[in-house]
Amino acid sequence: MADNVIEFSDQNFDSDVLGADTPVLVDFWAVWCGPCKAIAPIVEEIANDYDGKVKVGKMDVDNNNQVAMKYGIRSIPTLLLFKNGEVVDQVIGNVGKDSIESMLSKAL
Amino acid sequence: MHKKVIIIGSGPAGLTAAVYAARANLEPLVFEGSQPGGQLTITTDVENFPGFPDGIMGPELMDHMRKQAVRFGATCEYKTVTKTDFSNNPFKIWVNDDEYTADTIIISTGASARLLGLDSEKELMGYGVSACATCDGFFFKEKEVLVVGGGDSAAEEAIFLTKFASKVTIVHRRDEFRASKIMADRVLNNEKIDIMWNSAVEDIHGAKDTGVTGVKIKDTISGDLRDVSCDGIFMAIGHVPNTNIFKSQIDLDEKGYITTQPDTTNTNVSGVFACGDVQDQVYRQAITAAGTGCMSAIDAERWLEEH
Repeated sequence: MADNVIEFSDQNFDSDVLGADTPVLVDFWAVWCGPCKAIAPIVEEIANDYDGKVKVGKMDVDNNNQVAMKYGIRSIPTLLLFKNGEVVDQVIGNVGKDSIESMLSKAL
Repeated sequence: MHKKVIIIGSGPAGLTAAVYAARANLEPLVFEGSQPGGQLTITTDVENFPGFPDGIMGPELMDHMRKQAVRFGATCEYKTVTKTDFSNNPFKIWVNDDEYTADTIIISTGASARLLGLDSEKELMGYGVSACATCDGFFFKEKEVLVVGGGDSAAEEAIFLTKFASKVTIVHRRDEFRASKIMADRVLNNEKIDIMWNSAVEDIHGAKDTGVTGVKIKDTISGDLRDVSCDGIFMAIGHVPNTNIFKSQIDLDEKGYITTQPDTTNTNVSGVFACGDVQDQVYRQAITAAGTGCMSAIDAERWLEEH
């Protein structure tokens, strides 16, 4: 995993995501999810492209089901974009890089 | 970048083509697409692939095939081809803005789940509507779910969902299954699975913040409508070929499948080959996909020798 992609968890979610100064993109995934593997390199690219502007991280739903349940995740991959502690946008499924970029440009 | 062989798709067809092309020293490049490993990665036990007497998990089988292809010199990339131009050789393909060229192309993009085509289905996809029980079943622990369909994939999805859901109901338009006898028997003998015969989903209720809350069911004989509550609905009503990026580039039949010449994997464009479910609406098995994948690699190798 690229250095710019952070591992989020149920424990650090409040401080690292909700309390962050920048927008945060959270990729909900699991090891058994094929489409999640497909989107992972795109998420890494986004993390590098937006370094310093958007915090990017992954959340393994197997080990962190509290946050996934709280936000009503019913399908993975799901990418949630947080700003000031609120979900401002999301994309579901293995979407192209351009869909993620357009979501980020609206929020920045 | 220029390659002798580019393979589009990474299911059993594409990866078998990659194994054969790699062993012929053609150094194939495989674009794995939006579902690396293909449809088998969203199944569980594969019990009918020869050589595995105890069965094998779909994702594991595909992981083996990928490693086998890479071992002989294939390159596999987690990228999705977005555009093709087969009007001249070398052929051109694009991944977003990146252009690649190839002397031969092997198309193995397979098929995707068919959907009902309802507005509410599109609206709630990912919010309780799913076409993949193995992907999304995890999120329906102790919930009530429906499975729409009557074939083997409906039976398999329903059985898989009983691991999570408190109740699984199969909604089927007819009064008998199309599924194989062994799968139908497993469903009929499963206490957690109910079956709604002669029933069709007319609409899906719910919203993005609440998720799916229920469906409107139509009795296919009487025409009566009624509401049924549920937390999730899984589509298993067949497949459509993934050929959107090839429209106007190669010949497709009226259902969108690629037409291949009998006893070969040749398409109407010399140097472009097709294998697996994208050109097969009859057999659609992992082993037949692998078989035609092997054929397409041999066809491509011979084409390169002749040109």
